[in-house]
Amino acid sequence: MELSGADILCRSLADEGVKYLFGYPGGAVLHIYDAIYRQDKVEHILVRHEQAATHAADGYARSTGKPGVVLVTSGPGATNAVTGIATAYMDSIPMVVITGQVPTNMIGNDAFQEVDSVGITRPCVKHNFLVKDVKDLAETIKKAFHIALTGRPGPVLIDLPKDVTADKCEYIYPENIDIRSYHPVTKGHPRQIKHAVEMMLEAKRPVLYTGGGVVLDDASQYLVELAQKLNFPVTNTLMGLGAYPATDRQFLGMLGMHGTYEANMSMHHTDVLIAIGARFDDRVTGNIEKFCPDARIIHVDVDPASISKNVTVDVPIVGTVGSVLKDMLALLAEAEQPAEQKEALAEWWKQIDEWRAMDCLKFTQGDEIIKPQYVVQKLWEITQGDAFVTSDVGQHQMFAAQYYKFDKPRRWINSGGLGTMGFGLPAAMGVQLAHPDETVACVTGEGSIQMNIQELSTCLQYSLPIKVISLNNRYLGMVRQWQEFFYQSRYSMSYMDALPDFSALAESYGHVGMRIEKPGDVEGALIEAMKLKDRLVFMDFVTDQTENVYPMIPAGAGLNEMILV
Amino acid sequence: MRHIISILLENEAGALSRVAGLFSARGYNIESLTVAPTEDPSLSRMTLVTRGSDQIIEQITKQLNKLIEVVKLIDLVEGEHVERELMLIKVVAATAEDRNEVKRLVDIFRGNIVDVTTTTYTIELTGTGDKLEGFMAALADVKILETVRSGVSGILRGEKSLHI
Repeated sequence: MELSGADILCRSLADEGVKYLFGYPGGAVLHIYDAIYRQDKVEHILVRHEQAATHAADGYARSTGKPGVVLVTSGPGATNAVTGIATAYMDSIPMVVITGQVPTNMIGNDAFQEVDSVGITRPCVKHNFLVKDVKDLAETIKKAFHIALTGRPGPVLIDLPKDVTADKCEYIYPENIDIRSYHPVTKGHPRQIKHAVEMMLEAKRPVLYTGGGVVLDDASQYLVELAQKLNFPVTNTLMGLGAYPATDRQFLGMLGMHGTYEANMSMHHTDVLIAIGARFDDRVTGNIEKFCPDARIIHVDVDPASISKNVTVDVPIVGTVGSVLKDMLALLAEAEQPAEQKEALAEWWKQIDEWRAMDCLKFTQGDEIIKPQYVVQKLWEITQGDAFVTSDVGQHQMFAAQYYKFDKPRRWINSGGLGTMGFGLPAAMGVQLAHPDETVACVTGEGSIQMNIQELSTCLQYSLPIKVISLNNRYLGMVRQWQEFFYQSRYSMSYMDALPDFSALAESYGHVGMRIEKPGDVEGALIEAMKLKDRLVFMDFVTDQTENVYPMIPAGAGLNEMILV
Repeated sequence: MRHIISILLENEAGALSRVAGLFSARGYNIESLTVAPTEDPSLSRMTLVTRGSDQIIEQITKQLNKLIEVVKLIDLVEGEHVERELMLIKVVAATAEDRNEVKRLVDIFRGNIVDVTTTTYTIELTGTGDKLEGFMAALADVKILETVRSGVSGILRGEKSLHI
């Protein structure tokens, strides 16, 4: 039987196992929305802004490992989605975005709601397609999911002109697909892996520096096994938090600009650095000239272009993290850890424990003003470290990363690469849909939350009981911090005046609102909010306006040149 | 150092702009770029001349390889290769003296005069970039009306070839 392009799209998504489609209708996608109405396999989630659709799909993908799927209309629908697409691209999140397009015969005519979606998104997608013939549609969808999920994952966009969604053809969804120009490497080179293992066994002061790649490849268990077998210290990037249990003795905390003293000092003094699924981002390395001066570097990454991009490495290994770690473990199963190394490690741990004794994340909670760190710490305690935590971008994001100790992967959901304010709430919607019975907390600030606050309406429509933890310091905190440090406290445009009563605002959206002003009320409020299992609770914590994120490595400094307090 | 990157890519709309976009987005320079279909109509062959340190060239080839439409590529300067560029050049040749002089130079450089008017010659010349520039330098006393260069095309010497 022949199906319309719109029906083919719905059938293909169902056959691909897609459960949720995050989207917003418009003229160019009306045939598709009609097809959605006539089927019940894929559930459409109606957001309030296309950016939120992409972030929600992204949160769904980050928390499940399955691709997030988005449907938006042409023109402004597509441009609104771009921020979310770029966010997913920077963090290598698998996503398939379908944008409506004006009919093929009008493309290029400056038609109503026409924009060159393929052109606009080209630099921020893994790949994109314009489908001009309905006969190519099913195969293109199959290709899109294949590309999004394999190799280094990322968003793939399909631009679908309106006439193609009306045209008909026979529906066959391909079982398998082979793209002759796309065969990402999976297995690491055996000789390189052997070389790496030898180097690891020679190390006196090793550090495992691991990133989002471990989470994306679901390879945490192998990382834990490797680290514990060798008694090596582990530090995670912002994107890698949860890949190694944060409450374990061998965990040094996050590294980089706002990383811990022990993590950054260990990086500076290491002699063998084992980088796994991390990409030597500038927020991690600080000044490249001063980065890991004594280290030989092993780098495992699925993307060859990430290797020796910022830092030249000694042993490059291209392959999926899980497969390479398994190969390393197999070699280590046959090798005996040299007694010399065990002794050296005892010394190394002694040194690390001295750094750790600095207790660089300590803070004092007085009686009067709520410290933002305290709220996150209490959140961690009350949720027993087992919540899904999304965040926006800024000081609250760093506090969440530092004080919420993630013991499991895929629990920490944040925009690491692009640093997208407005990410947290819509991402939490995707996470909550994927995990209806779990606690999902969105740690945010009064600046970030206002960038997508309209999604409180979506949360009501789909009964998403997210706990919004807003650390409200009436400042764009991270901007304020940089202005204090580097612009002689000239607080240009970082003060948020004319804020709404967030609690009342949440109430007017049909949720529960709370305003917490005293340190003594923090714990009780959090406990009460967590008890409201089926309600969204917006918690407006009035926090210290002058608090800064420490430690901090100023731009241009090395990892051993931290500002501690 | 100068590199000639030879690329086989899917002959699809948008493939060229993906390559060009990559260079502008990452700040790599393109000295010349040529592209045309091959004997297999589903494939295009692109020759791209760029300059950069070894590290930059490594990044360029890795980033190009990441593009889904790029099937295969090689850096021709890593081995023995032949490179050629086509130039069409229109000059003023109005006097007998000029016409003789230009004709003589064209013969020396093994070019062809492909179009003639009473006042102009249009010359076709093929060779390496150096040869084309040498020819233009030799025309110093002749007024050049316009030049069109194809950009470099290149191919490996010997039995090795870039194919799927």
